[in-house]
Amino acid sequence: MDWDRITLALQLLAIDPEGLKGLWLRARSGAVRDRVTAALTALPLPVVRLHPGLADDALYGGLDLPATLATGRPVTSRGLLSQPAALVLTMAERVPPGLSARLAHALDTRGHCLIALDEAAEEGEGLPLALTDRLGLFVDLDGIAWSDTAEISMDHKALAEARALFPAVTLPPDAASALTRAAAELGIASLRAPLLAMAAARALAAWARRTTVTDDDLRQAAELIYGHRALPLPEATPQDQPEPPPPDAGDDSPQDSADQSQPFPEDMLVEAARAALPADLLAQLTAGRAARTAKGASGTGAARSGNRRGRPLPSRPGRLGSAARIDLVATLRAAAPWQPLRRRAAQSAAVLLVRAADIRVKRFVETSDRVLIFAVDASGSSAFARLAEAKGAVELLLAAAYARRDHVALVSFRGTGAELILPPTRSLVQTKRRLAGLPGGGGTPLAAGMQLAMATAAQARARGLTPTIALLTDGRGNIALDGSANRAQAEADAQRLARAIRATGFPAVVIDTANRPQPSLSEMARQMDAPYLALPRADARRLSGVLSAALGE
Amino acid sequence: MQAETAPNIHALPKRTPSRQPFPFSAIVAQEAMKQAMVLTAIDPGIGGVLVFGDRGTGKSTAVRALAALLPEIEAVEGCPVNSARPDQCPDWAQITATQVIRKPTPVVDLPLGVTEDRVVGALDIERALTRGEKAFEPGLLARANRGYLYIDEVNLLEDHIVDLLLDVAQSGENVVEREGLSIRHAARFVLVGSGNPEEGELRPQLLDRFGLSVEVTSPRDVETRVQVILRRDAYETGYDAFMPDWQAADGALRDRILAARVALPQLTTPNTLLHDCASLCIALGSDGLRGELTLLRAARAQAAFDRAQTVTRAHLKAVAVMALSHRLRRDPLDEAGSGVRVARMVDEVLP
Repeated sequence: MDWDRITLALQLLAIDPEGLKGLWLRARSGAVRDRVTAALTALPLPVVRLHPGLADDALYGGLDLPATLATGRPVTSRGLLSQPAALVLTMAERVPPGLSARLAHALDTRGHCLIALDEAAEEGEGLPLALTDRLGLFVDLDGIAWSDTAEISMDHKALAEARALFPAVTLPPDAASALTRAAAELGIASLRAPLLAMAAARALAAWARRTTVTDDDLRQAAELIYGHRALPLPEATPQDQPEPPPPDAGDDSPQDSADQSQPFPEDMLVEAARAALPADLLAQLTAGRAARTAKGASGTGAARSGNRRGRPLPSRPGRLGSAARIDLVATLRAAAPWQPLRRRAAQSAAVLLVRAADIRVKRFVETSDRVLIFAVDASGSSAFARLAEAKGAVELLLAAAYARRDHVALVSFRGTGAELILPPTRSLVQTKRRLAGLPGGGGTPLAAGMQLAMATAAQARARGLTPTIALLTDGRGNIALDGSANRAQAEADAQRLARAIRATGFPAVVIDTANRPQPSLSEMARQMDAPYLALPRADARRLSGVLSAALGE
Repeated sequence: MQAETAPNIHALPKRTPSRQPFPFSAIVAQEAMKQAMVLTAIDPGIGGVLVFGDRGTGKSTAVRALAALLPEIEAVEGCPVNSARPDQCPDWAQITATQVIRKPTPVVDLPLGVTEDRVVGALDIERALTRGEKAFEPGLLARANRGYLYIDEVNLLEDHIVDLLLDVAQSGENVVEREGLSIRHAARFVLVGSGNPEEGELRPQLLDRFGLSVEVTSPRDVETRVQVILRRDAYETGYDAFMPDWQAADGALRDRILAARVALPQLTTPNTLLHDCASLCIALGSDGLRGELTLLRAARAQAAFDRAQTVTRAHLKAVAVMALSHRLRRDPLDEAGSGVRVARMVDEVLP
């Protein structure tokens, strides 16, 4: 990203923090980022720092329990959100959904502006969508060297003048419509984007000491606001992208551009937004968006409350809040040595004098168990040639699962339907016994097997486990979901299920057990967003490697 | 603790601080959502609205607009549960005033990380500490009585709060047994939930408890989108010029809702309509009978709103999708969504 553009984004934010809502700053912490954050002092708002672990009483204020206990009268604390502020959120990639919803609400109502410092390291990590949608500006500092940067000059006088001029700035009559059309053409679904772009255009005009917005302002606004929101160009998008909005005729169809004889202003805006960011960054942002959509589908409550145990950690000093549980023994132990002193100081004969500093809070660490769901093809085509080898592969995976203390479930499909041979269990002995006795023969109801595996995974997730699906098949599905021997229908059903599994976000592995690798199966794996492995060429090490990768290790 | 640290900063050019929310009538498109909200305003017994959809489609805007649209209620002055008559005030509140005042229909926000204490009410710590008295401090459920309880991002709400809400929403009464208190008070409210399904599913038990559910999507057609942006911008930048017209439109809608409330008890419901309700629900295989009951109530409210004398099949059809779509068994293979399934079935069963 170009340093001038970053500077401009910060200047605009300083002119209209309330309208632009904030800045999504993607960068590792370092000297370059410090240069950017240093410029935030020019905002006409007090700067308040937030972190992902904030509790509600800190955000909204409330009864200050330690102070209340100490003074014997109610003392309330003011929350961080109680007055309009520039909220600087550190480690924004780790914000839990609850906090992001609260911040989103604060942005909607209270005239705050949020600067989210996103230090996302891995793909799929990143700022929650509720916030990326609301924050107007985006800055990515990746690949910017210290030598490329300069002190960001925030001329307080000029900014104040622009701020004073800002309410008088008017948009040309067709600007709103042009910006909206451009957003639609770029595949931006949210209607917040055009509003943010209008705010940016006004701020640009005010910064240039004009009271009317020019075409150039609109172009720059589109660049700043739409650049990172746009979907990558059609040829780069995955196939099953939700259908693009109707006007997305694209610039690549010649007859279309032919009958658009006079150039529309929105074309110019679209071009500007497209040129704003390199294509690979855009693709990466989109991928991250999709990953978060899928992986975030588990919600918060289910996984946590469903966890079967929490390992206690040493308790530590803390404040009593909504989420904390007091460790009574540790608190008493901490208070004990001070009792004589305190009694003397307070001139009290109370048996026990506890101060806020004594309070110890319990801590637990929760890890959710994993369950590996094997969907094994036991059909006739598989049975004679390959079933034994498939069983061998499953046993190999079982050994790995045992080492990781995973749960295992076994689904087999043959004949006209699928069967849950073994519900999620930790007993490997049982699994091996059932697997060995697995009969083979009949048609290949691939879709039914996938459906049952998906249902088992969904159930496991509802119980707080983290499921992974391993599908072992030779890919020649010939029985449709309704049990009829209709190959075309069976194919279509399997494809639909592959997309359904991808939509649920369950990690999956597809293992091809056919003698010769099946292109159709690798295509299906792609639709499931799952790694594909052909068994004849796979040895134990590779198999286990793929599985580990699928399990996210 | 933050009080001392926050510095005084020169003010921004202020956008008028206290102004009305965006008017209900000015919301472009999203007809199903507006219809559902109007129906619950006519008959609160329908039992709440669930609005699920994409970001930035005006879910929150509509709920906040509804608050401004609703007619005022009569309540005893100072009563924490908004009782209509002095003899309905709970004993623990120790209300001595008998004056009945008019106040806006309560619309209470239930924030996500809310604690159980705040929802059901708890021991009043202030009075316990300062005066050594055991007193009850009413919670959000008390404030929402006879009004609306709004939960944004309802799908992210913690499970134990959801259980609480289910219990109270069904019984219409909040029972508090904690910290040596034993208290009950009326808590009849309309649940309004909104959320984005991409961020998490809603438990089926809670889903069923909502009377109506609507799915909202960003408008696909560019003209509508432009219209949305223009109105929103007019509201943001030209508030004083924008509001009067729309407030008049809101007033007309409010009068129509009030008239419908009066007309509701006089409606006649033919027996054939009951058969229609039942056969539609059987055909769809919806669980339980709540579907039929809600469908009927919603159809009656729709008829009252349409100023009809008799509830007809057309009214039934107009509300079928929103009353039933969330009560079907989920089919992971159905890519079209359950709304389409209901619409298809309505055409089949009720030609």
